[in-house]
Amino acid sequence: MWKTILRRFLVMIPQLFILSLIVFIMAKQMPGDPFTGLITPETDANRIAELREEAGLNDPIVVQYYNWISGVVQGDLGKSYTYKRSVSSIIGERAYNTFLLSLLSAILVYLIAIPLGVLAGRYQNSFLDKSIVLYSFLSYAIPTFVLSLIFLFLFGYQFEWFPTSGTVDVSLEPGTMDYYWSKFYHILLPSITFALLGTTSIIQYLRTEIIDASGQDYVKTARSKGIPMRKVYSRHIFRNSLLPIAAFFGFTITGLLGGSIFIETVFGYPGMGQLFVQSIQSRDYSVITALVMLFGFLTLLGSLLSDIIMSIVDPRIRID
Amino acid sequence: MSGANELLEIKNLSTSFRIKDDFFPAVDDVSLTLKKNEILAIVGESGCGKSTLATSIVGLHNPNNTKVTGEINYKGKNLVTMTDEQFNNVRGADIGFIFQDPLSALNPLMKIEQQIEESLIYHTKLAKAERQARVLQLLEQVGIPNPPRVAQQFPHQLSGGMRQRVMIAIALACKPPIIIADEPTTALDVTIQAQILDLLKELQAETESGIILITHDLGVVAEVADRVAVMYAGQVIEEAPVVELFRNPKHPYTRSLLNSIPQMNSEGDKLNVIHGIVPSLKNLPRTGCRFSPRIPWIDRATHEDNPTLHEVAPDHFVRCTCWKTFHFEDEGGSVQ
Ligand SMILES: Nc1ncnc2c1ncn2[C@@H]1O[C@H](COP(=O)(O)OP(=O)(O)OP(=O)(O)O)[C@@H](O)[C@H]1O
Ligand code: SF4
Ligand SMILES: [Mg+2]
Repeated sequence: MWKTILRRFLVMIPQLFILSLIVFIMAKQMPGDPFTGLITPETDANRIAELREEAGLNDPIVVQYYNWISGVVQGDLGKSYTYKRSVSSIIGERAYNTFLLSLLSAILVYLIAIPLGVLAGRYQNSFLDKSIVLYSFLSYAIPTFVLSLIFLFLFGYQFEWFPTSGTVDVSLEPGTMDYYWSKFYHILLPSITFALLGTTSIIQYLRTEIIDASGQDYVKTARSKGIPMRKVYSRHIFRNSLLPIAAFFGFTITGLLGGSIFIETVFGYPGMGQLFVQSIQSRDYSVITALVMLFGFLTLLGSLLSDIIMSIVDPRIRID
Repeated sequence: MSGANELLEIKNLSTSFRIKDDFFPAVDDVSLTLKKNEILAIVGESGCGKSTLATSIVGLHNPNNTKVTGEINYKGKNLVTMTDEQFNNVRGADIGFIFQDPLSALNPLMKIEQQIEESLIYHTKLAKAERQARVLQLLEQVGIPNPPRVAQQFPHQLSGGMRQRVMIAIALACKPPIIIADEPTTALDVTIQAQILDLLKELQAETESGIILITHDLGVVAEVADRVAVMYAGQVIEEAPVVELFRNPKHPYTRSLLNSIPQMNSEGDKLNVIHGIVPSLKNLPRTGCRFSPRIPWIDRATHEDNPTLHEVAPDHFVRCTCWKTFHFEDEGGSVQ
């Protein structure tokens, strides 16, 4: 198992290399550079040119790529032109915020999707099932930013139930109970918004799995043993249906990262998603490329995680 | 047909499936009796309703699209009218069921021990340790080498024959007086088939239980059965003790089935095959004898409209009277 995991990590290297090339070229293709924003009628054109030269923007593209990638390999993601700080330190504090938001979102997604998927599958074609399926289609059709804006407007500004931006009430002493509660309070509304929209695939998948598993021969065997129907469900149908859902876990990570871009921007939450949008606006290449590389890495990690989980929960699958 | 030896009495049992808005019987007015200490074989072509009959006996049909009528009397109670909860006290405890394909019939995520133990949890008062001991004893009984090891394995780690032995152990767990085996050897290799049949026969003698053995293989019937019921299109068309049936088959369908077994064929080189297939539920002629379309060369006047079972010799029943005028040999021994 450890060997396979190591091998999978090695395979990631060429994948990440190709990603780095694409990311770098795309970033270079974007119109303007970090200094474009500094130009005003009074700016000395020579000064700008000097700055460009200093930043290495006039070097041949191959050299620029080499300088960048050799830094990345050593953990140096470069310096942000906007923040005048190292990219790693900026991403570092944002990553923590996004991690908290994603964690709560993921928990809520599973808390909502698993019971609904199970109920829809067990009571197939009932009114309950039809309502759940309708909800799952609606949640799929509604764009994240639309619902985010509606919720922010209603529960943030109208009813004032939730804070409308930030990660914590700054007046609170870090480390106190109130401080942590405030942190939780700040991610609650964005997480709920996200979770409500992120359940579609799990509900649909689980529903199909339950219906499918119910017709399997091993369920007939279980029934022929004369055990109560509720036990047939819990011991045989649910366990077997939840299996593919466990594999979904890794991919949920990817979905959360994608969604965080909208959610964080709308809710003014300083995480990686918001950082991504801001750095595109300010043409902060080093941050953009670092973030895309990180998202790419996490996606690959997510799929590896799925495979590992699968091999743990399903005795038929062994990765060795 | 009643006596102290009677285990299970099936009376006028019909099981109909809903296709669109109508119900079509796949088992049509079947009456059979299973006695203590015997193996009753049910034979017939694919689609004649054998599995439907078997699953009706353990109440596994979905009431939303299936209608079961008639009686299945066990210990003075009619299983057909029981609720699912009441039926749970009978399934597993009094009737053990062995399915055809042990790979799909075993839960891939559960250890063998858990799967055998399950019915013990609900039908006995055995403590955990006692149940585990019983599981090992059962595995031993069905001829599995190294029971402690196999108990901790998953189905995919066992061979087909071993899985079917596990399946048998599951059926035997609560020592049920009745066992139903639906084509227990069809999914297995020929050599393994013989072993499993021997095991079933041995276990039957040991436990004195009554077994309903479903098969489409008359070789299997000849080897293990005491009595045989031949089914065609949802009906029993002939029923007799095994020796009587093989020596003195009456119904043209039974005769052609027997003629289609190589070793039974006197000529040896010529194999008589049955042409055509069992009509589907919807296309089945409901008036007139269901079998008549398959022997079109017989004079129409010879056929009966709705033949009922007649006793033609002690314990030998045939759903036909025209067999008296029907000269099978003259027709070349084959049915089209
Ligand atoms: N759930 C169902 N709904 C509708 N029709 C069914 C259903 N199950 C079985 N049938 C039909 O009922 C008839 C009898 O099927 P059954 O499975 O009992 O046959 P069988 O004798 O066991 O055949 P085999 O040897 O292939 O196992 C067939 O025509 C089949 O198509
Ligand atoms: S009535 Fe005719 S078709 Fe029907 S069983 Fe008798 S001989 Fe066969
Ligand atoms: Mg069958």
